Amino acid sequence: MKRSEIVDWATEVCEDLEFGAARQWISQEPGRRAAGYLPVYAPREIIRAAGMLPVGVHGGGDRLEIIRGDAFYQSYICHLPRSVVELAQSGRLDFLSAVLFPATCDVIRNLSGMWQLLYPKLYVRYLDLPQGGEPELATDFWRDELAVLARDLGEASGSAVGEAGLREAIGAYNTARSLIRELYRTRRDAPWSVPTEELYLLLRAGELVPLEEFVARVRGYLAAVEAEPGRVRDRARVVVAGSFCEQPPIGLIKTIERSGCFIVDDDFLLGNRMLDADVALDGDPLRNLAEAFVRHSVRNSTLYEPDPAGKQRLIRDRVAAARADGVIFASASFCDPALLDRPMLKAGAEAAGIPCIAFQFAENTGQFQQFREQAGTFADAIKLWGGA
Amino acid sequence: MAEDDKDRSMVLQKEMLAEHYRRLEAAPETREPVVYTFVPGNLTELIRSFGALPVLPEINALQSAMRGKSGAYIAAAERSGHSEDVCSYVKCDIGMLKAGNVSPTGTRLPKPDLLLLSYTGCYTFMKWFELLREEYQCPTVFLQVPYQGDGEQSPAMRAYVERQIRESLIPALEKVTGRRYDEDRLRENLKRSAAAEDDLVAVLQSARKTPSPIDAYFGAVYYVGPIFSAFRGTEEGLAYYRALREEVEGRAARGEGPATPAGRLDVQKYRLVVEGPPNWTHFREFWKMFAEEGAVVVASTYSKVGGTYDLGFRHDPADPLGTMADYCSGCYTNRNLPSRVDMLARYAEEYGADGFLIHSVKSCNSFSAGQLTILREVERRTGLPGSFIESDLVDPRYFSAANLKNRMESYFQMLEARRAGAGVVA
Repeated sequence: MKRSEIVDWATEVCEDLEFGAARQWISQEPGRRAAGYLPVYAPREIIRAAGMLPVGVHGGGDRLEIIRGDAFYQSYICHLPRSVVELAQSGRLDFLSAVLFPATCDVIRNLSGMWQLLYPKLYVRYLDLPQGGEPELATDFWRDELAVLARDLGEASGSAVGEAGLREAIGAYNTARSLIRELYRTRRDAPWSVPTEELYLLLRAGELVPLEEFVARVRGYLAAVEAEPGRVRDRARVVVAGSFCEQPPIGLIKTIERSGCFIVDDDFLLGNRMLDADVALDGDPLRNLAEAFVRHSVRNSTLYEPDPAGKQRLIRDRVAAARADGVIFASASFCDPALLDRPMLKAGAEAAGIPCIAFQFAENTGQFQQFREQAGTFADAIKLWGGA
Repeated sequence: MAEDDKDRSMVLQKEMLAEHYRRLEAAPETREPVVYTFVPGNLTELIRSFGALPVLPEINALQSAMRGKSGAYIAAAERSGHSEDVCSYVKCDIGMLKAGNVSPTGTRLPKPDLLLLSYTGCYTFMKWFELLREEYQCPTVFLQVPYQGDGEQSPAMRAYVERQIRESLIPALEKVTGRRYDEDRLRENLKRSAAAEDDLVAVLQSARKTPSPIDAYFGAVYYVGPIFSAFRGTEEGLAYYRALREEVEGRAARGEGPATPAGRLDVQKYRLVVEGPPNWTHFREFWKMFAEEGAVVVASTYSKVGGTYDLGFRHDPADPLGTMADYCSGCYTNRNLPSRVDMLARYAEEYGADGFLIHSVKSCNSFSAGQLTILREVERRTGLPGSFIESDLVDPRYFSAANLKNRMESYFQMLEARRAGAGVVA
């Protein structure tokens, strides 16, 4: 499979605001159902174990005109929920039998309640992710929550969730996570080989199609990259932090990489990489999933940081791991988790002498000139003087 | 309101608050331990049982705003890198800290010995105390109170909170205060809490009468002050609520309305239910917009952020840890949107409301996200006309008096037109 074919496929899947790939999968066999989930992290293993197709609901980006969604939100609420409401109110999400709302922030939390009011016949669940505290207690709590979710999704799908199904799903997602880690490793080592735009499209498409298809495409892509690694280029290596929920428009990602930067680590579609280790396959699968989240979720702005020095260290650690030259804090406007975290993360970066810049976007931002100038100046400063 | 127009309970509360801040200022010398925590899900009885003094950052922020200090604090926080887009309570608190941590009453606030991060109904709380931890470098205990996403607290959720209190919070309090956990003392505190809660509910429910002897939004923020903050479970708190109840029952018996910035509101043209927190920077001006039109608020949801006692909850001394879990779980913003709609619709019916109004604040997504859906749903369920107005908690830049007044006047005209049988005016 050619790289361009894979990227074209991913682009087509991502740009399809009618969720054609998911609808097609459902139509292939009677009784098939799909469950949507919002950012950032949902235990997709349980959706799969219930025989359902997990579908990432990340909004309509810059390709969706908001007509109804704005009537649901005040001007000071971020763009993502109004875009998600637009998708739903226009019927584009009518193929979903369940929607899960993870504990990302109060906006997504309250969106779960709006869904309960707007779509009373749909299965809606708020996923109260365990936050910090004692790991044993958090694991017990989250395991109980996962058991309720497994029971409910089994009822919604008509296919009870059993241990065998859960183990199969955990194994399948371990494979996917491993491939995603490989993608990120490849980009980090040779960013000229893996433009972030392509990596991003692949991951986002992966949240809209059956897992097997995603795994096959990523394998194909990695093989294509190995066969044609591309010409080595020298640009400023940057970490883009803060875009874990509302996603930047693809144009913004392109703009950063066309302004003299290589993105070598990011938060995009973070749910794909929330668990930084394989989930154990032996023993109680729900406990294994719970433990994996409590003990192996990546530190990020949506979770409590139990380590008092954690916020100060986070960017320094990420920059070191990615061998980056600097950080771009790119957050969605009105994003509480990212914007409240930023002063702490920035202070840590500055204390470690790491150059950084910051800007805000919305998923439907259409003008990139200001970002081009900012990122370009930043890259020049790094290359010329080793700092911003 | 002039000092001699104020209710006796308001004066009493002012003295309690002043004394509390004086004790806090003296804490470094008296060695009374200090625990910072939040209003929703506050465990004051437990903190007090260890001989510690609570500090509530939201109270400091709103008090600063009422004294006209929040604008400068917020500006200072923004200059130091905090975004314009985020909660103004947080920025006000950070700005106050940077300016020397002088409390709204002018006394100096001590550093915390412990940050008790009761994560109840508000995501921002988590970031707020992460930010304060950076400044104070003190121990922090995280207490996760699961959200009532399905509209109720499950046994597993209750057990989780109870275990965290027992296995994580109590040992931390023992460590910072140097005292052993004293369950008998805690039970005594909880007993006093329950008695004060009875009195508070009687006060809040007095608004069912016509005329209402209280304003259940602007007035209620004073009434809930002690019980939502440092005084639940204390003798002073108990005495305050006894006095308040007597005062309000006296007014009700005499057929009097509440004191307002526009004078005593005996003639009440409109009875309203209000959702959302008030604006604190222009509190009196805002209240006056209602009072001058003869509007009295008969029920509000903001007066339930620190506990939904009117729905039946009372602290239970027989089950000290379990009852604290129940308390935290039931706080208003820890309830899902359908539950919030139920409360508003119930209030509208039980309190004989003419309409309901949502005051949406920029700062608080926990309250604000979804309020337009709440508006439609409550209108549908009750048939009452709703109104939607916007400003902020403590950022004075977002209070537009002319805009608010215009909207309020239009709303009252609409209520008048409906009353006159002229139908709904757009």
